[in-house]
Amino acid sequence: MESLDSSQPVPAPSTLSDKPPRRSIWRWFQRWEWMLFALILVVTFLNARLSPFFLNAQNLSRTSSDFMEMGLMMLSMTFIIITGNIDLSVASNLGMCASFMGWLFNNGVNIWVAALAALVLGTLGGLLNGALVAKLKLPALVVTLGTYAFFRGMAYVLLGDQAARGYPASFTYLGQGKLPGTLIPFSVALFAFLAMIFGLVLHKTTFGRYLYAIGNNEKAARYSGIPVDNIKMIIFTLSGFMSALAALIMAARFGSTRPDIATGMELSVITAAVLGGVDINGGIGTMVGAALSLILIGLMKFGMGLLNIQGQVQGIAIGLLLIFSILLPRLSGQIGRKSAFSRKTFVYAAGIILAFVLFFAFFFWSRAPILLGG
Amino acid sequence: MTAKRADTMDLQQRLSSNPLLVIARIRETGIILVILLLVLAVSLRSPSFLTLSNFRDILLNISILIIVALAQTMVILTKSIDLSVGSMIGLTAMMVSFIIKQYPEFSPLAAILLGMAVGSVLGLFNGLIIAYGEVPPIIATLGTLSIYRGMIFLYSGGTWINAFEMSKSFKLLAKGTILGVPHLVYIAFGVSVLVYFLLNHTRLGRNIYAIGSNPDAAQFVGIPKKHIIFAVYLLCGIACGLAGVLWASRFESAQTNTALGFELQTVAASVVGGVSISGGVGTVPGVLLGALLLGIIQNALTMIRISPFWQLAIQGLLILLAVVVDNLISREMQRSVRQWNR
Repeated sequence: MESLDSSQPVPAPSTLSDKPPRRSIWRWFQRWEWMLFALILVVTFLNARLSPFFLNAQNLSRTSSDFMEMGLMMLSMTFIIITGNIDLSVASNLGMCASFMGWLFNNGVNIWVAALAALVLGTLGGLLNGALVAKLKLPALVVTLGTYAFFRGMAYVLLGDQAARGYPASFTYLGQGKLPGTLIPFSVALFAFLAMIFGLVLHKTTFGRYLYAIGNNEKAARYSGIPVDNIKMIIFTLSGFMSALAALIMAARFGSTRPDIATGMELSVITAAVLGGVDINGGIGTMVGAALSLILIGLMKFGMGLLNIQGQVQGIAIGLLLIFSILLPRLSGQIGRKSAFSRKTFVYAAGIILAFVLFFAFFFWSRAPILLGG
Repeated sequence: MTAKRADTMDLQQRLSSNPLLVIARIRETGIILVILLLVLAVSLRSPSFLTLSNFRDILLNISILIIVALAQTMVILTKSIDLSVGSMIGLTAMMVSFIIKQYPEFSPLAAILLGMAVGSVLGLFNGLIIAYGEVPPIIATLGTLSIYRGMIFLYSGGTWINAFEMSKSFKLLAKGTILGVPHLVYIAFGVSVLVYFLLNHTRLGRNIYAIGSNPDAAQFVGIPKKHIIFAVYLLCGIACGLAGVLWASRFESAQTNTALGFELQTVAASVVGGVSISGGVGTVPGVLLGALLLGIIQNALTMIRISPFWQLAIQGLLILLAVVVDNLISREMQRSVRQWNR
């Protein structure tokens, strides 16, 4: 990401002002995680007012498993983004692994053997990313954009226009089953367990400290003896493994696999991590924040689904949330500086606002007759 | 990037007295060589490949790609990226098609202007949040990718525009021919000339390269970095607006998934054409050759009856191959600069 960053280091979402951090209760409450927590409360409250089906244990239990594939990939994505890299290939890797498993299953291989093979394939896919990024020193963005196409392409090559279905119940338990005697889905329990491990690794181990060090200043990290290349290999490989794990869960949840499975999910995964306060430039972020933002996105999507808002239109809300979660803290820092407002900027601002007004006027004016007239 | 550059005059001299330029040339000749080999191999398998009409098909197919890939190139040259191009094309195509359906007598030229106006507002938003809001480009355009795609659904309510709902004059906009060559090819050629002129003969073009090769130095010499980055996103939006109108005319339809995933092809064409993702390096002829290579591969796959499902995988491999080759070249370049310095 370093190569693409066109901006100066700016205050990250987790530190809301430029002042040096002081250890006080007030500052602790200013952390981004509390902001997310407040947003979760607001969304929950609004949703509960808007739909009577929202606060229903059965519904919440069922919907929570919809976000676990995203969550699993988000865990390793958090590691990668904290080091200042990015992995755009996660959803394609998921598609390739799920298709590979489906293809093996269609050809009569035992489902568990196929699942194991898919895990190996996904890990190898991650290893390929890691090798290109760490050993050949290529920018992660373009490498994973390449494998984004390559992995998804392999998914289509494997399954074509076919689908794999008819997985045995023992396998679909991974995605559909609940822990015995409770409402907690198996996938949620798995996610919670792994999230805890990833959080501990990130915040309580040397390895975790290394990730922050690489993200803050890769050169300094290298000169101080941190095995930067090996760590990059490890986290990209881990990301491949988590994608494969997510592939198993998702295939089990759907009970079938098509090659376009999880298309575009990398966006949601990155959104979840970034909204959770993980700085895309690296060096900043917590696992708690990432997990909270997953809950927030999940609740928002569930609520919008109950209101019959199409998935694609929900994308508008998620996209706006992503952009403004980064934009607002930066703008609030800029507004304090008076120099930004000259006569010239005022004229430009007026022009820009006029352009947007005209655009939306045209947008709603031109669509009205066709939709009403049929 | 790591080589120390005292001043630009010195750099100019170095570039001309050094293997650097030779290597840069190898890049374009390299693609030409690959294209020739591919053409030879495919025409041996399928005689109908090397015909004039097939060549016209290929050109027609890559014209829209060329327009958007050149815009993408300008963005990448400044060390940024625009992942929202596919969604901008789709939204423009849908909005213009709705107007064409309601007003069949709407002139195709006016449709193009309308499309570019719509695209410019979309690019304006990207430019604002990236240049002045300082949102990292990849995050901002990943966000607008889904926002603009969602707006297509919001706009159309999930419906689409079919060929019979479009006026004949609008459909001829892309496919009508002058001297046997489709309009679309002329338009792509015109855009290429424009972008070439802009990058090589204007101050804006020089500044775009300057920002990409060394943002800090560019700022020190007084180049208005934010305004330039804003400008490239605005231009990219306008190009996508143009491409959206042409897309609707070429495929005689506008659907909610129009140009879905097209951003990948534009980045592929640029990167294969020798544009460096870390900014500052890339030429218009290179990108044209990159787009041509993608178009020939796509055409060849159908010609020699390989499943179209391979196409995406091959595109991915091409991107990876291109960046690996680029990496080897730039290492070689740095070594030769170091030797020259000694």
